[in-house]
Amino acid sequence: MSAFLGLILRDLRLALRQRADAVLTVLFFALTAMLFPFAVGPETNLLQRLAPGVVWVTALLAVLLSLERLFLADLEDGSLDLLALGTLPLELVVLAKIVAHWLTTGLPLIFATPVIALLYGLPADDIVRLIAAMCLGTPSLSLIGAIGASLTLGARRGGVLIPLLVLPLYVPTLIFGVAASEAVTAEIAVRPQLLFLGAIFLVMLLVAPLAGAAALRQALE
Amino acid sequence: MQRFANPGRFVRLANVILPWTTGGAIVAIALGLYLGLADSPPDYQQGQSVRIMYVHVPAAWMALFVYVSIAIASAVALIWRHPLADVAARAASPVGAAFAFLTLVTGSLWGAKMWGTWWVWDARLTSMLVLFFLYLGHMALLNAFEDQSRGYRAAAILALVGVVNIPIIKFSVEWWSTLHQPASVLRLGGPTIDAAMLWPLLAMALGFKLYFISLLLLRMKSELLAARLRALGLAQMGMS
Repeated sequence: MSAFLGLILRDLRLALRQRADAVLTVLFFALTAMLFPFAVGPETNLLQRLAPGVVWVTALLAVLLSLERLFLADLEDGSLDLLALGTLPLELVVLAKIVAHWLTTGLPLIFATPVIALLYGLPADDIVRLIAAMCLGTPSLSLIGAIGASLTLGARRGGVLIPLLVLPLYVPTLIFGVAASEAVTAEIAVRPQLLFLGAIFLVMLLVAPLAGAAALRQALE
Repeated sequence: MQRFANPGRFVRLANVILPWTTGGAIVAIALGLYLGLADSPPDYQQGQSVRIMYVHVPAAWMALFVYVSIAIASAVALIWRHPLADVAARAASPVGAAFAFLTLVTGSLWGAKMWGTWWVWDARLTSMLVLFFLYLGHMALLNAFEDQSRGYRAAAILALVGVVNIPIIKFSVEWWSTLHQPASVLRLGGPTIDAAMLWPLLAMALGFKLYFISLLLLRMKSELLAARLRALGLAQMGMS
């Protein structure tokens, strides 16, 4: 347990030293989200309808940008070899890195969401639903992203390959996340969408460490 | 299964099987096309354009079948390290992608006529599109590494992770009320499609399946021959 927490804290400390990465992720999220009103015009009704979708897609893309770095730094300086040889099972190593990734990427995005939602004129109730959906959805994004990052570790053009692998797997999270956020305007129930998001999270919580560890093992051979 | 891990033995077996599957594919597809285009009745609602079904549905069945085959081959490769399972997955992937693409294109043409739209974001079409991108990702991952065995393993893991999409495609028309019609053939309670349309459909499905087997064996043979050539080339350079 302490090794697991120790690894999370180590990753957090490293991320804190390179604050720029997390800040850049949030900045990218905010900037791309702010492009759409220029593109589609400032009409409030249209922006309110677009807001959940835009927030989700730009959050997805921001997470995608941060994925390549998930394992690369550790691979390059040899820490990944040491972690693989250590007492903590590789699956838990992957899970610890995913937790740290969510804390440094997903969580800042969730904090930035109300600001973007206000810029789009989303009503307060909808913002609450949007944040709830993102709290359930962004961990899945980190989990699924870790599968893509570990599979492409050390590949040629790995950075371009990760979106190709990860985006098809992101689609269900995106669909249910947006459905949960705009449930009231779409006049569908919120609860089933959130339950689906939770289900995806639980399944990925099991699959991602297993797949990621398998991928890391053959990356380290 | 381990008997045929020997590439030489596998190639000899493939050479025996190939003429039969190729001939069978030609016969079955010819029969299916004749029955489907000439001998079967037009639909009472759709008229003659229902005949796209005889290409669209078998192609869709094959896209799913090939992906499941790749997933099984990937599992065999990862668990038992069977050398030909990797080669089979690599050989099958572009064929499955082509079937998925054919499904999407023929479906789009059919939808343009019947639904009045070239595309709709309903559950089945979206999940088939996701399947197509899974195939592309699989093919990209196979070729992304300097070390080919890493590419095989990574692609195998990806294939297994993506297999969750297959039940979603199959049951998407039941779980969501969508524009795409529900299952008429592979369902509890038996097929609801008329026999005059079912037989051409099954003939085309059999023909596509035999065609896939022929293509798979051919591609695996050429994969193995390419590996032999590489090894011979290296030996000639004195590096074996």
